[in-house]
Amino acid sequence: MMLSVARQPGTPSTPTATIGDELRSLVGESAVTPQATADGIPTFWVAPGDVRRVLAWLKTQVVQPYRMLYDLTAIDERMRTHPQDAPASDFTIVYHLLSFDRNEYIRIKTPLKEERATIDTVSNLWPAANWYEREVWDMFGIRFDGHPHLERLLMPRTWSGHPLRKDHPARATEMGPFQLPDAKQDAEQEALRFKPEEWGMKSGRDGQDFLFLNVGPQHPGTHGVLRVILQLDGEEIVDAVPDIGFHHRGAEKMGERQSWHTYIPYTDRVDYLGGVMNNMAYLMAVEKLAGIQVPPRAQVIRVMLAELFRIISHLVWYGTFAQDLGQLSPVFYTFNDRERAFGIIEAICGARMHPNWFRIGGVAQDLPKGWDGLIRDFLKYLPPRLAEYDKEVMQNWIFKGRTQGVGTFTKDEAIEWGVTGPGLRACGFAWDFRKTQPYSGYEHFEFDIPTGTHGDCYDRGLVRVEEMRQSLRIIEQCVDNMPEGPYKSLDARACPPLKDRTMHDIETLITHFLGVSWGPVIPPGEALGAIEATKGNNGYYLVSDGSTTSYRTRIRTPSFAHMQMLPLLARGRMIPDLLAILGAMDFVLADVDR
Amino acid sequence: MTTPHPIASIVGVLIVALSLSAFLIWVERRLLALWQDRYGPNRVGPFGLLQVLADMIKIFTKEDWIPPFADKPVFVIAPAIIMVTVLMSFAVLPVAPGIVVSDLNIGLLFFLGMSSLGVYSIVLAGWASGNKYSLLGGLRAAAQMISYEVFMGLSLMGVVLLAGTFDLTAIVEAQRGLWYVIPQFLGFVLFLIAGVAEARRLPFDLPEAEAELVAGFHSEYSGMKFGMFFVGEYLGITLISSMIAVLFLGGWNGPWLPPLVWFLIKVFAFLCFFILLRASLPRMRFDQLMSLGWKVMFPLALVNLLVTGAIVLAKR
Repeated sequence: MMLSVARQPGTPSTPTATIGDELRSLVGESAVTPQATADGIPTFWVAPGDVRRVLAWLKTQVVQPYRMLYDLTAIDERMRTHPQDAPASDFTIVYHLLSFDRNEYIRIKTPLKEERATIDTVSNLWPAANWYEREVWDMFGIRFDGHPHLERLLMPRTWSGHPLRKDHPARATEMGPFQLPDAKQDAEQEALRFKPEEWGMKSGRDGQDFLFLNVGPQHPGTHGVLRVILQLDGEEIVDAVPDIGFHHRGAEKMGERQSWHTYIPYTDRVDYLGGVMNNMAYLMAVEKLAGIQVPPRAQVIRVMLAELFRIISHLVWYGTFAQDLGQLSPVFYTFNDRERAFGIIEAICGARMHPNWFRIGGVAQDLPKGWDGLIRDFLKYLPPRLAEYDKEVMQNWIFKGRTQGVGTFTKDEAIEWGVTGPGLRACGFAWDFRKTQPYSGYEHFEFDIPTGTHGDCYDRGLVRVEEMRQSLRIIEQCVDNMPEGPYKSLDARACPPLKDRTMHDIETLITHFLGVSWGPVIPPGEALGAIEATKGNNGYYLVSDGSTTSYRTRIRTPSFAHMQMLPLLARGRMIPDLLAILGAMDFVLADVDR
Repeated sequence: MTTPHPIASIVGVLIVALSLSAFLIWVERRLLALWQDRYGPNRVGPFGLLQVLADMIKIFTKEDWIPPFADKPVFVIAPAIIMVTVLMSFAVLPVAPGIVVSDLNIGLLFFLGMSSLGVYSIVLAGWASGNKYSLLGGLRAAAQMISYEVFMGLSLMGVVLLAGTFDLTAIVEAQRGLWYVIPQFLGFVLFLIAGVAEARRLPFDLPEAEAELVAGFHSEYSGMKFGMFFVGEYLGITLISSMIAVLFLGGWNGPWLPPLVWFLIKVFAFLCFFILLRASLPRMRFDQLMSLGWKVMFPLALVNLLVTGAIVLAKR
């Protein structure tokens, strides 16, 4: 495992031509159709009947296996206008797998017909597939045979229709006026009645009733609208079932309405502590589709702001984690520090939490005068503060007692459940996408990957604390080596395009006008843009049908995978441990529900 | 010095204790704010001093709400219990020479008895609220009481051995030469820790634990019933600080200043210490609290008692 980490960035990964050949030898020459994609991820169509076998083989039998189910989603293909070199399909299921040995993704697609939208589950192959398949059922109405608990995940149980189908309305105005007659209200109320069996729980054991406790959706320890149903025996947690979807805002559906450009502010609000970091993942996918090169200065500005937001996000985590464990003061200190960082963000971007600052092909504006002074001040300011918090929080013996050995998972479990980011590194696995799959010029920066050893809540904390120091290092290198040059690509589709030449020739003026009024047209194709976000791997899988909007916008978020793991970590622990586990997970509800 | 009339003592102690604990709300909020890089209440009156008054007006005029699922009589009685037991304890507290409501010869035992009764308030409130969070808070309070009450009593026995009496006034008098914090340092530390648990303050605020149990036992309380828990908590802190001053720091003893001032200084120092604890420490898990109580504090209290007893015997 460590081999691939140690490999220098830039060296070509394991030859991939063979994986297609191997697949063919497994299921037959005609049963595998390769597809060319803009992101270069090996993509193969296989028949629905073969999917389970192919995936099982990819996970366990192939040399250098694809051990992580990175993402599982679907595409409603029925409105496609642009022909694609692929089998005819009404609904396509898309599996993204990740191999750490190869340092490579693979994309397996399978076509389904509308009249028989059913496929075998892979939840017995990867436990992580459980929620992903439920989400696909919820959003597309595709059934998964053999799934243990195929219920709606994000939408209310009483919802009719499947929102990400193309024929489902995207706006309230398309749905007719809302009415709530008594009968409907009663039905809605009845649907809210809690029945343990509906959540896959038992109501008692040996004639004794369990105590069921709703933690949330309104609770100070859940950091937002999350409901965790606890099945308690005394204070011991027998089972914990997260109920998510309260923060679901249809971010993926909105992607199908907004132009490529106007969707950027929506991404800001997915991991709402990550700010421009979200823009980066989305834009990387768009730029791959369009083949737009980002100039060096824009790349460094992006890295600098992204790392600043990593610090901002981790500071929020630091304070609230301590507060979850009853320590009242650190949250005020870290929020103070965060305000200072926001001051810089505001000076550069003009906004604070959701700056919406990156653009297709670069950033919105050049850096303002005096930006380097602001950042250098912050670089001097933060390290002593971090040292102080180490003493106050990380070295506090009560804090250690509350977090060490709590919520432990191993590296293998982490990979099974799709854990990325600090959670994965806390298990001792030095996997950081900034190092292993450098993007936006991360290969030019010197920084270390902090890792833990025990995979418990405390180590996850240690990793994040050290990551802030590493981010400071990166930011310092950005300030010292900020290249000159344009802050945005000269490509006409960079949005909004640079205005220099618009007043000189009519062609540029027209392109500019179209780019601003309709938005750029992105060539048909598909691409995944994945980054090491604040909480783990955040990926945007975009499908373009050659128009001014995305045909399908899939947001793969780290918090979704991490939250799914909660029952595993909470079982057998006590209520206070649940808070430690949730705190150490560092999730954002908008990042879970989108 | 003339001894004040008992009624005057009662009224005096009552007024001072209640207004001190109300004032303490302001002190805590300002001190916490100071330590947490923020302002705290500073708008109502000079330095925000009248904030407490404003809160009082608000809390008295709020709707007196009893949830329909609550056990009504118990729900009403519970907050009264904590006020009554804490205020009763103040009766045996010798503030200054002659200023004591009732100079019981078993004053210390009376105090321990009252503080044990006080826990009923929390347990009953948790039970009567008909809320699962409150119930868990109440259960935690019961578990916590069992764990710390034993070593709390034992930690004081060293003082009793040295002074040869349960009479608090006599204990203060016996410290004229040397405060018991020196010969009984271990007992002092143990009692301090037990006192934090008794007052249900961080790191032992498990029955309340707002991050876990929302507000624990008083989730369902509002208006002045909540206010009684609130004031009861501050009265409790004041009481524990006073007891530490009386038992270990020589009560009113001290040079130059009048006895009453000495007493108040000592009490105030410990009040600030309690607030500082809240500003700095995280909360323990309740099994950790129990094992700390039974496996560390309890044996230490026994050792303290044995050693003190041996020394007292040897000196005879």
